[in-house]
Amino acid sequence: MTTLKRSTILKDQVTHYCPGCGHGIAHRLVAEVIEELDIREKVIGTAPVGCAVLLYNYIDCDIIECAHGRPPAVATGIKRVRPDNIVFTYQGDGDLAAIGTAETIHAANRGENITVIFINNAIYGMTGGQMAPTTMLGMASTTTPEGRGKHGEGPPLKVCELLSSLQAVSYLERVAVSTPKDVLSAKRAIKKAFQKQIDGKGFSLVEVLSMCPTDWKVSPEKAVAFVNDEMKKVFPLGVYKDAK
Amino acid sequence: MDAQSRKMIIAGFGGQGIVLVGNVIARACVIQKKNVVGMVAYGAEMRGGTAYATVVVSDEEIGSPFVDCPDAAIILNQPSLEKFEADLRPNGLIVLNTSMTQRPPRRADLNRIEVDATQIAHELGNLRVANIVALGAFIAKSNLLRMSSIEQGLSELFSSKNPKLIDLNIQALHAGAERSRFCPLKTEQA
Amino acid sequence: MAEKVLLKGNEVMAEAAVQAGCRFFAGYPITPQNEVPEYFSRRLPQVGGVFVQAESEVAAINMVFGAAAAGARAMTSSSSPGVSLKQEGISYIAAAELPCVIANMQRGGPGLGNIRAAQGDYFQSVKGGGHGDYKLIVLAPASLQELYTLTMNAFDWADYYRMPVMILGDGILAQIAEPVELAPYKPILEIASKDYILNGCKGRPSRVVKTLVLDPADGLIAHNEHLQRKYRRIAEEVNLCEEYQTSGAELIVTAYGIPGRIAKAAVRQARKDGLPVGMIRPITLWPFPDAAFAKVIKTARQLLVVEMSHGQMLEDVKLASQCALPTEFLGKGGGWYPTEEIIREKIDSMLNVSGRARK
Repeated sequence: MTTLKRSTILKDQVTHYCPGCGHGIAHRLVAEVIEELDIREKVIGTAPVGCAVLLYNYIDCDIIECAHGRPPAVATGIKRVRPDNIVFTYQGDGDLAAIGTAETIHAANRGENITVIFINNAIYGMTGGQMAPTTMLGMASTTTPEGRGKHGEGPPLKVCELLSSLQAVSYLERVAVSTPKDVLSAKRAIKKAFQKQIDGKGFSLVEVLSMCPTDWKVSPEKAVAFVNDEMKKVFPLGVYKDAK
Repeated sequence: MDAQSRKMIIAGFGGQGIVLVGNVIARACVIQKKNVVGMVAYGAEMRGGTAYATVVVSDEEIGSPFVDCPDAAIILNQPSLEKFEADLRPNGLIVLNTSMTQRPPRRADLNRIEVDATQIAHELGNLRVANIVALGAFIAKSNLLRMSSIEQGLSELFSSKNPKLIDLNIQALHAGAERSRFCPLKTEQA
Repeated sequence: MAEKVLLKGNEVMAEAAVQAGCRFFAGYPITPQNEVPEYFSRRLPQVGGVFVQAESEVAAINMVFGAAAAGARAMTSSSSPGVSLKQEGISYIAAAELPCVIANMQRGGPGLGNIRAAQGDYFQSVKGGGHGDYKLIVLAPASLQELYTLTMNAFDWADYYRMPVMILGDGILAQIAEPVELAPYKPILEIASKDYILNGCKGRPSRVVKTLVLDPADGLIAHNEHLQRKYRRIAEEVNLCEEYQTSGAELIVTAYGIPGRIAKAAVRQARKDGLPVGMIRPITLWPFPDAAFAKVIKTARQLLVVEMSHGQMLEDVKLASQCALPTEFLGKGGGWYPTEEIIREKIDSMLNVSGRARK
């Protein structure tokens, strides 16, 4: 039987996240993995711009807050200077797959030995619900009021699929935090991604399908259902790359 | 313009060793403890017909690194003659590779050293030293730098690249100097 | 004196950086500074450093942000359009108070412009460039020997004041070759150990490098005031210019970088011809050498500003001289450069000397 124990890596902090948001779960998983791998004193994290900008208020290790989309470049600078440290980025969909697409693809293509935790909730959260690169066709946002796809927005960008063609990538998996089973699976994936870095295997990324009830304008329960019933169809869970 | 300052241009096709000539002159300046500023035309320009390098030599602190009105020009091909002849200062010195140019300079005021540099290089067994033949002619006539400094500059340059080429280049230098003896100048060059 | 070697400006700067302990460089190709990344790519691995060819200028400056946070002496370089792209990152680095060195070998603008030398980025460099109230120490060398020394100093100032330092050159400074004495690096300041870097929180509380200040509500006001105090201190402590023949000069010519050395040659010749003319060549563009101008407004009668732009430093000269003297301008952007002759003509006309009086 699993007993719930608060990770010592998590700071004693009242959450600023909305009720039903997936970031809190993802933060906890990252903290637990850092604790279980016993790497807290080696970890250097990078915080994005977006809802998770205050990552350092929750996770108790060295963290640098970056400009929007730039965490993979900043992480590259850190990791190249300090190859013995464990460097991770924590980024949302706008950060990683819109304004920071170039940084993401090229860090992946160089095989930078870093770990990327990518939170995909298909919406811009912090700015109030605008279309994200991962917003699904037909999904309404404050900048696609009639649903994405009516006015030349194109379909959502699928990050794991996109990166899976790059030779130097060591590990890609898409997980979710919308059911207890998914949460356990997400933790296993995040742990594996960090382990890849520890083993010097190169770029690893875990895409986490996550809930944003506030900007989806639904209840937390319905948000969970939206991930399970809609998002998983467009963004199938699974391992997209696991290089030996 | 201070009296000690000499501005020159070396021009030809890309591949004729334009940069090398500029580099050797600059090295000779360092050896003789003269001030020197060298520059090579850069960027898109160097892909065109004419490659050129400029050198400013002075015993004083050098002001402008730009060479708009050179005192001397080493011209290795026809397009360079067309491009730079008009820029030379009155009574300036022009070294012309007659193997690769189709006409003498039009300007009557210029001091000219005409050397069939490519032909001489061919006779020496390597077309690529035509630039050094022309340089030899220029150094012999201009009194800007000592021939021994140029030799030392060449040795320094090739010792790291390809030491086997040092002798050939020094031979080319002297062949050019020898040929320039048949080119009397109208005015003495400083 | 050590032997002089012949190197290109871009190479001189890169070698000086390596000598000064720079161990991280990220950059992106752009003419006329391509020899900088090329040199670092060969040289840094020899000394255990890291060279990264970045996917963009934006990525390059952010890699430097990371490397600086990790404690390395770090550098990036570019030319005008590329430096525009770096402005976001520069603002963050200034806000986070991290040290780094940024070089701009300016080319013609605006837009893609051309690849000839120009000085159109003065405002961008000394007034801020990116968003927010911040400053860079901006250095304007006029010769390769000065470029070598100032590049080394740049790393010391960056570490000492914890801020980005910019080397503002141009395409000509980048491309010329001059003999340079590669003197060994000697720190000009005592640099405290870096107690702010991120290297994993072993045996200490975790650290955060951040630029978002939400809490307390007036925290960002306090942070800005802190930065301004630092900048005021720097303005008193870092202040370089070359004053040449200013004593007894009725006319002071002022120019920075390559036009500075051209102006000096023109002034030298004019002095030989008996004209009462002197020169101030600002070496630090921020802080601007105000004191030198405050001094000459008491003795000189006129000022002439020469720039390879349409008059940007001109504004700082007017401020520094408190608009006390008639000030004329000679300059154009887009690749124009002054000759010694054209500066001399301007000097003659301002001093009412007829052309015949010249030799």
